Amino acid sequence: MAKILVFTELHGSHVKGVTLEILGKLAGHTVDVAAIGAIPAEAIADLAKFGAANVHSLKGANLEKYTPEGYANALKGFIAGGSYDYVFAGATSLGKDLLPRVATMFDAGMASEVTNFIMEGDKFAGTRPLFAGKCFAKVELQGPKPHFVTVRPNALGMNANPTAGAASVKEDAVDAGAIRAMIKDIVKGASEKLDLTEANIIVSGGRAMKDAANFKILEEMANVIGATVGASRAAVDSGFAPHAMQVGQTGKTVAPSLYIACGISGAIQHLAGMRTSKVIVAINTDPDAPIFTKADYGIVGDLFTIVPIMTQEFKNLLGK
Amino acid sequence: MNIFVCVKQVPDTETKIVPSGDGSFIETSSIKWIMNPYDEFAVEQALLVQAANAGSTVTVVRVGSVKDTEALRTAMAMGADDAFLVEAADNLDSYMIAKALKGAIEKSGKTPDLILSGKQAIDDDCLQVPQILATMLNLPSVSVVVGYEGSATDITVKREVEGGALEVYGVKLPAMIACNKGINTPRYASLPGIMKAKKKPLTTLSLADVGVSDADKRVKYSNFQLPPEKPPG
Ligand SMILES: Cc1cc2nc3c(=O)[nH]c(=O)nc-3n(C[C@H](O)[C@H](O)[C@H](O)COP(=O)(O)OP(=O)(O)OC[C@H]3O[C@@H](n4cnc5c(N)ncnc54)[C@H](O)[C@@H]3O)c2cc1C
Ligand SMILES: Cc1cc2nc3c(=O)[nH]c(=O)nc-3n(C[C@H](O)[C@H](O)[C@H](O)COP(=O)(O)OP(=O)(O)OC[C@H]3O[C@@H](n4cnc5c(N)ncnc54)[C@H](O)[C@@H]3O)c2cc1C
Repeated sequence: MAKILVFTELHGSHVKGVTLEILGKLAGHTVDVAAIGAIPAEAIADLAKFGAANVHSLKGANLEKYTPEGYANALKGFIAGGSYDYVFAGATSLGKDLLPRVATMFDAGMASEVTNFIMEGDKFAGTRPLFAGKCFAKVELQGPKPHFVTVRPNALGMNANPTAGAASVKEDAVDAGAIRAMIKDIVKGASEKLDLTEANIIVSGGRAMKDAANFKILEEMANVIGATVGASRAAVDSGFAPHAMQVGQTGKTVAPSLYIACGISGAIQHLAGMRTSKVIVAINTDPDAPIFTKADYGIVGDLFTIVPIMTQEFKNLLGK
Repeated sequence: MNIFVCVKQVPDTETKIVPSGDGSFIETSSIKWIMNPYDEFAVEQALLVQAANAGSTVTVVRVGSVKDTEALRTAMAMGADDAFLVEAADNLDSYMIAKALKGAIEKSGKTPDLILSGKQAIDDDCLQVPQILATMLNLPSVSVVVGYEGSATDITVKREVEGGALEVYGVKLPAMIACNKGINTPRYASLPGIMKAKKKPLTTLSLADVGVSDADKRVKYSNFQLPPEKPPG
């Protein structure tokens, strides 16, 4: 059977959801997990529930904060001692930056941001969208091992009946090596909310928001239903929202359970970033807006009237 | 400074994508090709750094088919000095592309002080090539960069991560930097620029010239399909 490692980031006292999605999908295989630093008890409990065999806590100097070289050297050193066939990670900011570096240290290939995969016996076969979701293809890996894979958050979904694992914790000393791109500072983002790429619900505003201040009504709704706020490129280019909030071909690709598009026409480049959302709701004054052809629920009307009504209804429904 | 920029040619975002009959790739015959939008930021950054450091050169490199050299000509029309094209199919994997880019940079005879690229190509969205190239060249690198300042030897760059947070890095050159939107505002090529670009040197190399062969293939893809259509609601 294939020997598999899942690399995970820690997010407060938990691992990222995508780690558990990957573990759940790999049920039936022996899977180890590795993280940099001390792993909190809650995180270990989650990993055990979803089937982790061994949980490796990698420790060494200069690893308090992420640096591309430090993490890559540390992970490479650990993997080299473990004869793994596959190394998985979430396609998060960190995963996307780190994994190609480590793969190259083994002269190995990597499948980027798959939305689904199967293990046929020992062999990985993944599916991934490309050309901004306009087409899908199958990806397989060959050449030196281990093979590397990143998985898009929220795409696999959680395994409802995971097989539990021992999750025995081991500490491993690792070496960050020489770090030439030194981290000097971390500037906090405007939002403490879940990032768009990991959010389960997204409320997005388009050009029709008219100005930055009006995004307040979207934030109010988002606060009630636990959503993250996004924007179209027209809204970003008009200065209503920062680029970090942009959904679409040249912004973020998202796959939430619920996507509410407010005053967004549904241009192909916007659809590219959100068409794999499970349920799409569109609010638009124009009944012919293209967004309605992709929406599961459409409301023809003025967002400035409808959004506050919906917020109030959600409050009533959720008893807030 | 010897500045290099990696540019990819991608289908125009309005292009209708049709899988080829056997599902091995897409129909490429009727595609209009453009420079990958993120690579415009990389070219602009190279020109800004060149302007601030007298005597610097900007060389653009691309791996891809020879059918159309739009991306390289556009980069030279914006102001880049010369270009290298490694002639290859448009669907190599990231590892082969990075290895070919490394080979082309070495063939140029110049030792890079700074290599710039886009953060991602909008056709395949792998976000791999810059990190692989940097690792192969043993250079420090930062990806998804939205801010750049510094001298010919030391730079400070800002990398965008989740929730719009920024990681600020101090980097000693030589280094590889992958640019995101926000780092600058790319200039348009002027008419005289476009005329001049036609006379600038463009060297074409083969994969064999840069030491890349089929043995370097790491990723196999097949079964191209259109996405399942959502029923209109
Ligand atoms: C269906 C399908 C799935 C694929 N899956 C994978 C996969 O999982 N793993 C994999 O390794 N490959 C895969 N490939 C191959 C892949 O699409 C690309 O050709 C290759 O990975 C380049 O990645 P990218 O275009 O996403 O570039 P990115 O890494 O996203 O590009 C970042 C930057 O690198 C530079 N760059 C990229 N390509 C070039 C180039 N040709 N010339 C000059 N500069 C360039 C540009 O500056 C660009 O902005 C797949 C291809 C297809 C068709
Ligand atoms: C290379 C390239 C990359 C791109 N990348 C992206 C990307 O990543 N993301 C992206 O979003 N776009 C992207 N675009 C831009 C895209 O083509 C569209 O221009 C953009 O998505 C339009 O934004 P919008 O829907 O907010 O604005 P519009 O198209 O102007 O639509 C506004 C909509 O609001 C409706 N409306 C007006 N008033 C109200 C009201 N009071 N209540 C309700 N509805 C109202 C209108 O009927 C209209 O449908 C890209 C374009 C290119 C060329």
